[in-house]
Amino acid sequence: MLTAQWLYGLTGCLVVALGLRAALLQSALLQRIVAVNVMGSGVFLMLIAVAYRGPGVAPDPVPHALVLTGIVVAVSATALALALVRRLHAEPGDG
Amino acid sequence: MNTPSLLAFDGLLLISIVSLAWAALATRDARRSVILFMAFGLVLALAWGRLLAPDVALAEAAIGAGLSGALLLAAVGGQQGARSGSAQNAGHADPQPAVRWAVTLLCAGVAGILGWALLESFDSSARDTLAQAVAANLASSGVSNPVTAVLLNFRAYDTLLELAVLLTAVLGIFALGQARPGYRFAGPVFDSLARWLVPLLILTAGHLLWVGAHAPGGAFQAGATLAAAAVVLRLAGHSHIGLPAGSVLRLVMVAGVAVFLLVGVTLLALGRPFLGYPPAWAGTLILVIESAAMLSIAATLVLAFLGGRPQALWQATGAAESVPPAATATPAALPEDSSGAATHGVCKEEQSRC
Repeated sequence: MLTAQWLYGLTGCLVVALGLRAALLQSALLQRIVAVNVMGSGVFLMLIAVAYRGPGVAPDPVPHALVLTGIVVAVSATALALALVRRLHAEPGDG
Repeated sequence: MNTPSLLAFDGLLLISIVSLAWAALATRDARRSVILFMAFGLVLALAWGRLLAPDVALAEAAIGAGLSGALLLAAVGGQQGARSGSAQNAGHADPQPAVRWAVTLLCAGVAGILGWALLESFDSSARDTLAQAVAANLASSGVSNPVTAVLLNFRAYDTLLELAVLLTAVLGIFALGQARPGYRFAGPVFDSLARWLVPLLILTAGHLLWVGAHAPGGAFQAGATLAAAAVVLRLAGHSHIGLPAGSVLRLVMVAGVAVFLLVGVTLLALGRPFLGYPPAWAGTLILVIESAAMLSIAATLVLAFLGGRPQALWQATGAAESVPPAATATPAALPEDSSGAATHGVCKEEQSRC
């Protein structure tokens, strides 16, 4: 087992927890969206750590492809969430 | 690089990642939070480089840090224009300390379980099966970059559905309202910077698309770079930002899904599995699909940045094609209606290009 692999992987777990905590506790919608994005980045960190095989060895391409897909899906979900927030604030009589 | 200095680099990088994540989440100022999140994304791109994932590093820098940041900053600007930043939190009380502790404990538990599962997976012997399968079949995939081979050939289903997710998201954004009003025209310094930057970004996008077959790059990175060019134009005050108007815009939006499906269904009709390319044609088919996907991804990301239906562009349809006003009034429904026609048009376009 490589030191770098578990260092980065466990950091990913920590980032997921930080993001999850903020997503549950933050009241501002925009910061919640940022928190969910940070959480996603933690998952990506775990996946890329799983793919790592040490210096000079080709890493596993399957988790890389998963993360690429994940990044694009995350940005489209973020865009939709932001449009929802904007519409929510544009509604007359909201708090 | 020798091991101790590499370990020191790892330590610095990981401490930066955790502290930037913490700082982005702890602040109550939305703008500060977004800017720290962008910095977090850029440091993360360094980590992808360190873990030998250059494809992911490119995508993270262009999309994760770049376009997500632009989207979030535009949203912060819009909110602060509409009302003062603090008024938005006025209705919500902070959670009780007991609740905060309970949630913190819960999240620590989640981190613990994730960490345990991760360390278990590092020890398992079956984890190299997929990597070996990719390596064994790479020669027949039509490309030599294993990540592109997985995305566009071995797991093409995933990418097709991902493009469908993008299309769904942009339709949802359209349904929620109109685009934000444009920006003021920029000063001469930014304008001349944009004149240099936009052609360079377009060239880079073309390069990334082409090089993706055998080196880091591909449709996602290229599409994001193309979208960045449009965002620069938008910030410089240009209204049309390179997006086509009317039905061409709808064609571009569905191009990725449409070309992908057309290739899949054609192969099915020829007696092959869905999206099971013949090895001799795989390289060409992947390039055709990636070109269409790049255009769709770029258009989607730009439309997401606009934050709604670009009214001027939809109205241009009415003038150009004499669509009745009733049809332009419900533009969100139109891309679905025209997707059948789109499939043929885009396909011809793509084939003539190759």
